[in-house]
Amino acid sequence: MPESPALEVDALSFRYGTRVALDSVSFALEPGRFAVLLGQNGAGKTTLFSLITHLYNTQSGQVRIFGHDVRRASAEALKRLGVVFQQRTLDMDLTIQQNLLYFTALHGMKRSEAQERISQELERIGLADRRHDKVRKLSGGQLRRVEIARSLLHRPRLLLLDEPTVGLDLASRQAILDHARTLCRDEQLTLLWATHLIDEVADDDQVLVLHQGQRHAFGPVPEVLATTQTDTIRDAFQQLTGMTPQRSPS
Amino acid sequence: MSLIQYVRCFQGIMGREALRFLQQQGRFFAALVRPLVWLFIFAAGFRSTLGISILPPYETYVLYEVYITPGLLGMILLFNGMQTSLSMVYDREMGSMKTLLISPLPRWFLLTSKLCAGSLISILQAFVYLLIAWFWEVEAPWAGYLFLIPALLLSGLMLGALGLFISSMIKQLENFAGVMNFVIFPMFFASSALYPLWRLEESSLVLRDIAAYNPFTHAVELIRFALYGQLNLESLLYVLASGALFMTLAIWGYDPARGTLARKSGP
Repeated sequence: MPESPALEVDALSFRYGTRVALDSVSFALEPGRFAVLLGQNGAGKTTLFSLITHLYNTQSGQVRIFGHDVRRASAEALKRLGVVFQQRTLDMDLTIQQNLLYFTALHGMKRSEAQERISQELERIGLADRRHDKVRKLSGGQLRRVEIARSLLHRPRLLLLDEPTVGLDLASRQAILDHARTLCRDEQLTLLWATHLIDEVADDDQVLVLHQGQRHAFGPVPEVLATTQTDTIRDAFQQLTGMTPQRSPS
Repeated sequence: MSLIQYVRCFQGIMGREALRFLQQQGRFFAALVRPLVWLFIFAAGFRSTLGISILPPYETYVLYEVYITPGLLGMILLFNGMQTSLSMVYDREMGSMKTLLISPLPRWFLLTSKLCAGSLISILQAFVYLLIAWFWEVEAPWAGYLFLIPALLLSGLMLGALGLFISSMIKQLENFAGVMNFVIFPMFFASSALYPLWRLEESSLVLRDIAAYNPFTHAVELIRFALYGQLNLESLLYVLASGALFMTLAIWGYDPARGTLARKSGP
């Protein structure tokens, strides 16, 4: 039997009152792919993430994570999902370890297993020796890396990152992006990376262009370029949305 | 999810609240100052002007300090319940509420665990207050202190659930000032915390009726009777029923299917 898609979004729509935030959006991510959700501010990226993570309930359409409907089987779906939200979600007054232990408890993990996973993930991001430091003492880039480490503690197979490089300097942005790509390659994770910055898209990524709540393109970058008959993803985005894409501030 | 995972999750939420409590000891003592000011200053000042007749559970005339102690214990629970509300709005603004809500465990369990953690800290505060009040000659039988624990827990959960429901309705942190003016003060003053209902009746029948229906009155009466080793069954049932109602509303408020979270959080 073929494996279910890591993430399947089917005819998903969402409204805030009368304002349409998402309009019948569909796409499916195969396991192990790095996909970039590209859209300008207000395109519907955060709403889409809120629906995938079941913070909001679907009004119409479906979201399935490895075949599990987030509405009907939310526990099964959420177990397989790791999330890094756009807002910082670490408790600044607690230490890194206290924050991570809290997260593992919320997932019902055994203490000894939690300690082991925390050591592994902090080792991976080079912050193992700072586990007893207060989160407040970390730099923006380190905070983000800790949030990514935290999102991996329960070994999810799908990782969502909502604008994870916002507010970081160029070097930190690149480091976070490289880290995410390494995770995708080495751990066979499926990643959905939401951004409004065009230069975070690589040639071998899948790209989903979202504009005013609608899907304007979805597929591997070369396919999107072929469909739009453009040479760069920047030109493709401009043609698809009529908007000038943003680059990372240098 | 297995039972042991529920237990671990509950422990995790308790642990986090305990750590936050240790981080914010100033807040703990500040919250204690409030009822102590009422005890030491307000009650002393009003001792002579507010005569209290003999009414159950008291078997004799009591000092005003003794009368208002259950009301001040209720005040601790009420303020802490609303503080839970404040911290949930803060958590949501800061994003850490999302960490809680994306747990695979059911939302009602996560929210109830958070409430239990808040209530246990309130109980701790209530006993520190009683210890200080004991030196002020506000004493209760030993059994009363024991019976008080479940009464405080139930009342704390009821008021916490009310705070939780309110937090699901508030969009921004600043609106908490409104909660103070429109929820905490009316609930506290229109209750039997500071004066018995018959005293209110002398001034206004409407006010007396409002106080009689106020769930906070029943929380205070449940605590008052428990402190003397007695059960006020009517108040117990009232606290249980209003607690269940507020909890249902809170879970509804945080339910992604029907609640207000999506509507309130929308950009």
